[in-house]
Formats: sequence, structure tokens, C-alpha cells
Amino acid sequence: MMSAAAKMGRVEADITVIGGGLVGLAVALGLQDRGLRVAVVDEGDLALRASRGNFGLVWVQGKGDTCPAYARLSRRSARLWGDFAAGLQESTGIDVQLTQRGGLFICLEQDELQKRVDMLESMRRQHDGDYPFEVLDPAALRDKEPAVGPTVAGATWGPEDGHVNPLLLMRAMVQRFLDAGGQLLTDGPVERIESHNGAFRLQGAGWTRETGRVVLAAGLGNKSLAAQVGLNAPLEPNRGQVLIAERVQPLLNYPNGHVRQTAEGTIQCGDSKEDVGFDCGTTTEVEAAIAARAIRMFPALEQVRLVRSWGALRVMTPDGYPIYQQSESHPGAYLVTCHSGVTLAAVHAGPIADWIAGENNAGELELEVFHGDRF
Amino acid sequence: MNHYDLAIIGAGPAGMAAAVTAAESGLQVALIDEQARPGGQIYRNVGSPALRQREILGPDYYAGERLVEALDHPQITDFSGAMVWEVRTDTLCLTVDGQSRQIGFQRLLIATGAQERPVPFPGWTTPGVMTCGAAQIMLKTSGLAPNGPLIIAGSGPLLLLIACQLSRAGVEIEALLETTPRRRYLESLSAWPGALRGWRYLLKGASMLAELRRRGVKHLTGVSQLRAEADAEGQLCGLSYHRGGHQQRLDCATLLVHQGVVPNVQLSRSIGAAHDWDEVQQCWRPRLDPYGETTQAGVFIAGDGGGIGGALVAELQGRRAANRIANQLSRLGATEFEHRANSLQRQIDFQLAIRPFLDRLYRPADEFLRPSDETLVCRCEEVRAGEIRQLARGGCAGPNQAKAFSRAGMGPCQGRLCGLTVSQLMAEASDRPVAEVGYYNIRSPIKPVTLGEVAGLAADQDQQPQAPQIAEPSAVSNYQRSVSR
Amino acid sequence: MATVSNFKRLPANAAAEVCIWVEGQPVTAREGESVAAAVLAAGLGPTRTTPVSDSARSPYCMMGVCFECLMEIDGQANSQGCMTAVEEGMQVRFQRGIRAVPADTDTEKSTEKEAGENR
Repeated sequence: MMSAAAKMGRVEADITVIGGGLVGLAVALGLQDRGLRVAVVDEGDLALRASRGNFGLVWVQGKGDTCPAYARLSRRSARLWGDFAAGLQESTGIDVQLTQRGGLFICLEQDELQKRVDMLESMRRQHDGDYPFEVLDPAALRDKEPAVGPTVAGATWGPEDGHVNPLLLMRAMVQRFLDAGGQLLTDGPVERIESHNGAFRLQGAGWTRETGRVVLAAGLGNKSLAAQVGLNAPLEPNRGQVLIAERVQPLLNYPNGHVRQTAEGTIQCGDSKEDVGFDCGTTTEVEAAIAARAIRMFPALEQVRLVRSWGALRVMTPDGYPIYQQSESHPGAYLVTCHSGVTLAAVHAGPIADWIAGENNAGELELEVFHGDRF
Repeated sequence: MNHYDLAIIGAGPAGMAAAVTAAESGLQVALIDEQARPGGQIYRNVGSPALRQREILGPDYYAGERLVEALDHPQITDFSGAMVWEVRTDTLCLTVDGQSRQIGFQRLLIATGAQERPVPFPGWTTPGVMTCGAAQIMLKTSGLAPNGPLIIAGSGPLLLLIACQLSRAGVEIEALLETTPRRRYLESLSAWPGALRGWRYLLKGASMLAELRRRGVKHLTGVSQLRAEADAEGQLCGLSYHRGGHQQRLDCATLLVHQGVVPNVQLSRSIGAAHDWDEVQQCWRPRLDPYGETTQAGVFIAGDGGGIGGALVAELQGRRAANRIANQLSRLGATEFEHRANSLQRQIDFQLAIRPFLDRLYRPADEFLRPSDETLVCRCEEVRAGEIRQLARGGCAGPNQAKAFSRAGMGPCQGRLCGLTVSQLMAEASDRPVAEVGYYNIRSPIKPVTLGEVAGLAADQDQQPQAPQIAEPSAVSNYQRSVSR
Repeated sequence: MATVSNFKRLPANAAAEVCIWVEGQPVTAREGESVAAAVLAAGLGPTRTTPVSDSARSPYCMMGVCFECLMEIDGQANSQGCMTAVEEGMQVRFQRGIRAVPADTDTEKSTEKEAGENR
């Protein structure tokens, strides 16, 4: 909990992370591991929180088809995930339910499948043949996933894909951050960032705090914050709707891009892409279309009950890829923003935290590709 | 999609009275209720009551008959047995016999009434523990009454009423245990002037107490620390409690509990209407204008869903809201509207005069508002009070974060039985007012609905979905049950 | 399963008798009443065990709020027993732990239904 002193901004932190979602916490944990004293400034209970509404995929296949560096970053994170999850469990006792036994992308129509196969094959060429995937015809798909319906065209299979429970992940990260002495302030949002004497002053409604360095990991909030420290973050919200159904006995063996079953038995169906501005509600039409598609993929879902729905806002740059950049005009201010906070969590807590902590690994991370100046 | 001037959700006293008033003003009304018959919970089944002896439930119940009879009006379309699962500003989705459909409206009246306040205490999930409201519903719909050792425990007017009704039906009551803290009698003194205006209610209370004494029901006050005990098979076998400085115990096969009723706010929250914390009634209530309109223009609330007032107030509020809606839709002139509004307001004020007294007297004991750490708070996901307190002390921002971390509120009841408790526990543990801690975000569906029923609307749209990559929707919906009928 | 009911029927107005099947045994119910009431009247239960800890539960609120009375009714798992009226020949099963999903995923279901039939 926040102390009165923290409220007054007197508690020292080497570095402050703005944003207590999956992205901000992962970076914060990594910085703690490197011996820094870290504070996280977060919004309250009703924040537009992508971390709570996301789909929990640790996903590789098809990511970065127009950006090989992003494909490499995603795969690197997927490889680091096992150790990341094990570390969380060791320090908090919380099993975040990571499984990485592969994932399916099911296509309903033949032309949809063909387009996908073409894309994955071009990625394989980009990566000199090192890009594992398989194409499954309906029979092969049914071998892997017997619940699949009779009218799907097939699927692509990515052996490096997996999923995790994003709610337990959040809980484990918060707990580990606090246990390691991190300061979590829920008085946000930050409204102004001022730099003076090589440090920063953060200002919110009724509070200010000083910090040596600052990481912008505030999701959509980065758009206005970045401009204040000479960075460019042209982010727009993109809504994804998720339908969450009741617990049922094990039905699905693997996650896929549209439907997955959590370790508790809950079924999640997604996702839509809508450019709707800051509205995190849901619409009947999209819910119905998502449900219809899920049933066509897995007919047994017809009788499964929907318990709640979510509209979560993805944090999207114009090309869909992340921004990682240190400000040139305001050294000590870093921007970390992406829409795949789950998949990239391990890389954020690892190499990205290394880079912010001062290790000279920007070249190895290909960070110039992810600068905000590209827009 | 069919369109109506007014859609009313809930055919209890507020909904029935509003439907008739609106229909008489010429509005096309859709009256929607989950039950097969109108009446709501208070007048449940009053059109075809199960019990032969009318004395058991008494005249207050049969007063609902005239409301049900009046519903036979050509302007009222009856959607009974219809479960509403999603509400938007101008449409709603409902399911009848497994088939979903949308209806459109110009105005919406939410008349979904109250639910019994959750009464968490150790053992409250044991089979054999039920609510007093449940016992009344069984009397009204099945003529079914507890048989075998019965204990009734809790606080509030309904506690006395159900004890009288069961006693009249010849049911033996081992004990009526009153958990009203003794200091509430003092705390309610300040509300005596209003109580005297509502003297009829006081008289009713006094006569119920006298009836229980006459019938020889053992009525013990000052009871606390309830704990339900289960036998080897998990069935209720006894209740232990604290009274007069001692721990005591009684055998029982059925335990009926009650701690008053609170507004059912699932629907009003799902549409984003503002709600305020009512410190006296210890519950959330939607913020309403003098005619019952919420902060979402065009959406009204009448009856207990807007704050507890009872059946007569609900009926008056239903008429008041219907008049306002008719006025807004230019079916009722300003002069007549104002005349009616003033008259209704006077009657409502008179009926509500007793409330401050009742609210203070029957404010639940703290042990039911913020139960002990071992007590299950979320019955569905089996989360205990201690875990919620621990999360709050660990800096958890509020109930929604706590829900994400603990799964409290994620089960099929969608937080109905844990939401109030979680907000109050977090307020206590983080030393903040409940109003600041807030409540769960309530999202559609309002009640669990099959994916097949949701998908059934995919073919029902006028426009294609915006999401380009979603395959063409196919019409898939039905329960085999409805086909086999 | 309990055998002696903790509930009794009081003298009632005439209503048709309806026979339903609960866990394979016949139960006489009163037309218009809920499955949950009929099950309690017959002295049957607990009506489910929870998905989390397998602990026993039975109907609690009888008005659709608590979802404790979830049962499998005519093949529909997790149906609210207190919100479902009895019908002649209805098949009721008690659920143990997490609900099942219908195993049969064969052809008849997904696509052939005519568009708009459910309007």
C-alpha cells in the first residue's frame, strides 16, 4: 500500500514506470531484478485496462509478417516465457498456467486458409527456412482437436504457440513487485511530465513525485505523455470483444486465435477488430457474430452459457508494431508500448529491462526498427 | 425487430401498474418477465395461487389480484417466460424457450425489484439453508412448507411475516432468532416522527409480534455469530449461535435466513447509469430524477430496484414513471401530467414515511455486512472474506481488480451474491468509504445465455458486422427442448 | 441422497399433476411449479456439487438470483431449476462438479439451419 510519504512524493525511486498493466509490470519486475528501486504509478480500479480484457495468448504464428524483427522478438519472448513463468511461481507460489504445446489458427473457408498459408510461407522464406508451422486439413485438424466442427476448411499449426492465464499473471506480477519492495501507487493517471536537472517530475490530480528516470508504459495514455518528453506515440484504440463462457469439462486441447479454454474450464471466444474510439463496451452484432463463428468451429459450444463479455481496447500503432525508444531530447525517458503485452512479457522483463537498465543491447534487440520516428 | 413505445422489464407491482397507465395513455407497451405469470416476487402467482387457505398469506398478497386483472389491455404485449440478457439504449435482447430475439423501444422502464441481501456467515452454503424469500415463493407457487425442525434467523419485517405465515399454515418453528443488534432500537429513535406518520406499518409489526406470541413461537432476540452445521452427508443438521454471553446450539433440518432486501441493480449498472451508495440502507441505488429517470436518458426505474419502498410504493412509482414517459412522448398534456404527478408524489411520500425508521432499525449487524475471514463470500467461485481483505490490504485498486485476481464474482450468479460484500470488505480493509471503492463492472449478458442463443441474433441483423474477418453469420439457435414441445 | 423430505405440501387449489424424472426416478409435481420446488418436495438432493471444491449445494433463493439450483434439465446442463417450470416427462439430472459438454459434435447442427427461422 501507498504510504503517506509516497503520496507526498518523498520516497526515493531510481525509476518510475507509468502504467501498472502487463507491460509496465513486466518492465518493472525486470528493473527490480537488476537492482533498481522501482515505483509504478497506476490508474484506479476502472482504468481502460487491456491487461484484464485480453485473450491470454503467448502467440507466435503469423506475427510480424511484414516486420521480421517483430517476428524474431515474439519468438524470443515465447522462448523466454518458460523461465519467466517458473520465476514467478518460485517467488509468489502462483502458477500462471502457462502451456506452450502449440496453437491452432482455424480457417472456416478454403480461401482464408490459402491466404494464411501463403503468408506463413513467405515468413518462412524471410527467416531462411527457420519458421516452423504445419498446414492441417480437416482430418488432421480433427486428430489434434476432436471437437472441431464438420464445416471448417482446415488450420495452421504453430508448435511454438501457447497460452497463459492473464489474470493470474497480473496477480503474480503485482505480488512479486510488492514483495520485492516496489512502490505501487494507484493515484494515477499522470497528467504532466516535466524534466528538470536531469530528472523528472510527474504530476497527477493532487500529487507530484520526483523520479530519476521514467518509463512510459501507460498503454493508450502514452500518446499524450510521449509528446511531453519529445517522443512520438501515434496510438489509437482498437476494440477487441471477448465472450467468456462458463466452466465446462475439458473440450479443447489447444488454444487457437478465436477460442480457447482456460485451465479452470472457462471458454473464451474472441476477437473482433473495430475502430471505435474509447468505448470499451460491447455490441450485440459483434457478440452474435463471434458466437456464431465459435459454434461453427466447435458445435458443442452451442449449449455452453456465456457469463460475461468484455470490450477491451488494444493499443495500436499505425503499423501494429511496438515502439521501444529512449528520448533524445529528454534522456532518461523511455517509451514501451505494444498490443501484445502477454506474449512480450518475458522479453519486457528480460532484454528490454536490460536495455533500460543501461546494458548496451539495443543493437541486438534491433530497437531502431521500433522507434516512434518511423511514423 | 418489433418496436414499442415502452418496454418494461419486470411484471411486479411497478411494472404492472406502469404498463396499464402507459397503455391507457395510448402507448404500445411490451411487458417482459422471466416468470410465466405476472406478479413479481411479492405477488408471485397471485393469478393462480397454490394455497387453498387465503388466510396463510393474508390480504396484502391477494391485493395483487386487481393489478394482474388490469393487464388485459390491447395495448400491452405480454412477453412472459422471457429472459432479458442484454439491454442497449434503444434495443434489448431476450430469450423465450431458447429462441433469442431483439425488440426496440423508445423508452425503457426497469422494474426488476429487489433481491434479498446476501447473508454470508459460516456454513451459509450448506444444503438446507435457504432464504425467507425462498420459503415464501414455495408457499405461493407450490403450497410447499418446511417440514421437520425449522429455524428462522435474521432481521427485518419479512422475517416476522414469514414466521407468521408458516405458523398459520401449521408449520412448527423451533425458534425465531432475531439478529437485530440491540443498539439499533436506540439508533432508530431519531426516525420516530416518520414512523408515527406510517403508523399503519407499526401496527402491522406489532400485530405480527402479538400473533407469534399467541401461537407460542419461541422468539429470541440479541442473537449473533450464526454458524450452520452439516452432517456427514453435508446436509444441514444444526445451527450454533451466540446469545446472552453463551454459545448455544439447536438441531434443525431447514434454516431460513433474511437480512432485508436491496435493489437489484444488475440491469441499471449494465447500461452505465450512475449509482450512489446508500449509507443507511447499506446498498447501491441508481441515481434517479423525481420521476424515476436514470442518468441514461430514456431509461427509467420504478419500484424497489430504485430504492426499497415496498409493493405499494412500487405501484405508485410505476404509474409516476409511465405518466412521465407518456408526457415525454406527447401522449399526456402538461397540465394533466402535473396534476397526476403531484397526487402520486403525495401518496408516495406518505407510504415512505416509515422507511427511515425501518432502515435504521433493521440495518444488518456488521457480521453480515463484513463477515469473518473464514466465511465464503463468493458462493460460485468459493472465495473467502479473508482473501478479499488480503487483496485490499495488498493495494488492490478495487472490486474489479479483486475480481480479476480472486475470481470472486466471475461465476454464474455474476456477483449478485458477493458484490455488496466484496465492496464493503474492501472499504473496511483499505479504510476508504464504500462509495469510493465502487462496485463490479456489470456487463452483458445480464444472465447467462447460451452461445447458441447469442448466435441466434447473428442472422437477425439489418447490417453486416463491422468486423471484416468474421465469417458470414449462420443462423444457429435453438434448444431441442422448445422443439420437442 | 436424502429420502425423507424436509418439505410438505399444504392443502392446495386444484392443479394438474405432472410426472418428471429426477435422477431416473419418477417424481410427482404440481403443474406450474419449478423443478427446484418439485425436487425439494420429493426430498432429493443435494442438487449439485461445485466445480471448485465439489462441495454439496441445493436450492437457496428460489428466485433466480443465486444459481445454486443449477441442474441438467432435458439435456441442458447448468439450467436454473428454480426458473424452469416442470413439464410432463422432463428428465432432470444432478450435476457433479464441472458441467459436461455434449460429446457428439456431428454434422446435423452447425450450418444447415435456415436463416431467419428464429425471428
